[in-house]
Amino acid sequence: MLRALELRKDFGGLTVLHPTTVEFRPGEVHALMGENGAGKSTLMKVLAGLYRPDGGCVEWRGSQVVFTSPHDALVAGIAMIHQELMPIPGLSVAENITLGTEPSGRFGRIDRNAQLLRASELLRELEADIDPTLPMRSLTVAQTQVVEIAKALGRQADVILMDEPTAALSDHEVNALFRAIARLKACGVAIVYTTHKMNEVFRLADRISVLRDGRLVGTAAASEMNPAKLITMMVGRELADIFPLRQPPTDKVLLEVSGLTREPSYRDVSFQVHRGEVVALAGLMGAGRTEVASAIYGMQPALSGQIRLKGKLLSIRDPQDALASGIGMVTEDRKGQGLIPALGVGQNITLSALRDFSLGPLIDQSAEASASKAQMVEFAVKASSPTQPISQLSGGNQQKALLARCLLGGPDLIILDEPTRGIDIGAKAEIYALIQKLARSGKAVLLISSELPEVLSLAHRIVVLRRGSVAATLDAATTDQETVLRHAMPL
Amino acid sequence: MPALDRNLLHRFGLLLVILFVGLVLSFTTDTFLSVANFTNVARQVSINGILAVGVTFVLLTAGVDLSLGSVVALSGVACATFAHPGEHSVFVPIAVGLLTGAACGLLNGVIVTRGGVAPFIVTLGMMTIARGLALIVSGGRPVANMSDDLTALAGDFLGIPIPVLCFAGVSFAAWFFLRNFRLGRHIYAVGGNENAARAAGVPVERVKLFAYGLCGLLTGLAGVVLAARITTGQPNAGQAYELDAIAAVVIGGTSLAGGVGTITGTLLGVLLIGVINNGLDLMGVSSYYQAVIKGLIIVGAVWLDRRQARS
Repeated sequence: MLRALELRKDFGGLTVLHPTTVEFRPGEVHALMGENGAGKSTLMKVLAGLYRPDGGCVEWRGSQVVFTSPHDALVAGIAMIHQELMPIPGLSVAENITLGTEPSGRFGRIDRNAQLLRASELLRELEADIDPTLPMRSLTVAQTQVVEIAKALGRQADVILMDEPTAALSDHEVNALFRAIARLKACGVAIVYTTHKMNEVFRLADRISVLRDGRLVGTAAASEMNPAKLITMMVGRELADIFPLRQPPTDKVLLEVSGLTREPSYRDVSFQVHRGEVVALAGLMGAGRTEVASAIYGMQPALSGQIRLKGKLLSIRDPQDALASGIGMVTEDRKGQGLIPALGVGQNITLSALRDFSLGPLIDQSAEASASKAQMVEFAVKASSPTQPISQLSGGNQQKALLARCLLGGPDLIILDEPTRGIDIGAKAEIYALIQKLARSGKAVLLISSELPEVLSLAHRIVVLRRGSVAATLDAATTDQETVLRHAMPL
Repeated sequence: MPALDRNLLHRFGLLLVILFVGLVLSFTTDTFLSVANFTNVARQVSINGILAVGVTFVLLTAGVDLSLGSVVALSGVACATFAHPGEHSVFVPIAVGLLTGAACGLLNGVIVTRGGVAPFIVTLGMMTIARGLALIVSGGRPVANMSDDLTALAGDFLGIPIPVLCFAGVSFAAWFFLRNFRLGRHIYAVGGNENAARAAGVPVERVKLFAYGLCGLLTGLAGVVLAARITTGQPNAGQAYELDAIAAVVIGGTSLAGGVGTITGTLLGVLLIGVINNGLDLMGVSSYYQAVIKGLIIVGAVWLDRRQARS
């Protein structure tokens, strides 16, 4: 029903999508797989009318079409869920969901009741507990993602392009989304789907197309594929087990959190992290994982409770205090709370530890330059030079640069909030190796991840949060996904 | 590399525009191409230049300062009030003028950071407050009878006008500061992405306070220089000065969204506006038309620049 015919796209003389022909059929989930920069998003954006093709064409219901804007594609029946979330923060959830398709009442006014009704129906379909009258800005990243999905579902489209819709979601919301996708399939909707999560592909996809370096490697029925074969096609080489071995932690307590409380987000949260240990905070969306981490890093301090590092009671009011005490963090929201887009990669890396490369108030330019270069080499940040704006890098390289920033100051405790979200499998493997290296060197890592396999393979212990309270502390070596989920689910 | 290239291209482009305007003026007027006129242009741009350098800091933090013109007037009046012959040493009126400006800037900064009020609103308020204060302090009349020591500030030093020396000194210091001081880097970080800067341990509030305070201090300096030049403290002076200053900074490539911009860019912007003003004067264009032409050139220059940046 929808076909890309020899579709090509160039950016500034660089061909990012070589002539590609793929067909998408009604009632079918078609997964597009590939590393970052493989051309998945580009292909989707051309199909959705966001980019104009530089060669080839889009065939829609048997005739060639030219979409000059996303609006054209929407009218034709093609909707897209973007990887970069684009909410309008000042409007309500319902207004965001019905944006552009507001139900009209008398005299062209918006029918508020119908609007609310439609929004809550769509949210219910995704089994999301979000009040549609809330302002969009009050939502978490995960909730925002759910709203963006609801928005696309509400378009009544015949094709829905989903670019990493589950990147920010925890298992519960993912399952709800999958049930919604199953219903759409039954209605004959074609779904085009990208993800970096291997297990999702095989649960969901009917057919899989693999892209590598802007070229289509191949398309196959999902039943003919397996994870190993898929990875080989994606990276063009065999990838051994990407999770490195864990070393046993020491028994020296590094971080001790007791009675951390900030109603209504979390209460009475207590746990310890030892030197050499990786502890994961697990839980569903809204369970308070990020909030607890933000409290330890001082971005939103707890209202009561104690944080001790190396036995010393800390009073952390902002990230400056945390950094000075030896706590570093890489935040979940790379774009919003991580990158300074206009600054170069090098200056982004040295930002937190700039004092170490200063003489009084003056920056020691040569010390800074050699430090940032060394970090770029150590963390394998690929950029044309340290002065290249960080905004031009791929997601994986941006993330590695932010890790380099966090570690440059030599923190003892490193908090990583979703460190592998939306990055390709090669970069993921590098970050996994880094986490174990940090643990081996006697530091400690507090990890938040919505990917349970990641949590189980990287962490020594798992602290499961449920609605803001610690539900269980599990030994990662002896537990499994079901057990973690059972503790995470509200009873 | 691409970033560097674009930067060069940008500065180069602006320089070409300035040279082009200069070339046209050299042929259409017989007075443009002379040392006397160049000195004149430099003297004319120095006050706008000092203001533009100051407001560059604020714009880099993604803020804005609309109170420049009024604070120029208030600082000038405050300075002149203490500058009557035989009363104080020349340093007293200068200090009073500078501190008046700095105090206004700091107050802007405190309300922006502590109160969380939008810079546009805060400095719009300061714009009318400072103007009102200037009228109150002066009783609505120009404050005349200034000592020769102070008015000498508008004179020459080694053949170069002192306002021009002030402008040059301020520009160099600002350029050096933004390049080499940690606080300078922090200004770019805060303007580039305030939340990310905070998460990276940058003291965002202090950085903003500094930017507004410094902008105020330089505005005070501009007020003192202006008072010396017109030998009075004029409560009605400096009308709409903020617009020329902000226009110069934006022409120079500083983003109103913050985080991007350079002092060299600002200098070129100041120069372009100065050359246009001078040229239109020399060509005898009526001031009514001058305003229209200047507005068109400002919008046109930025439009061209943004188109170039997008491509």
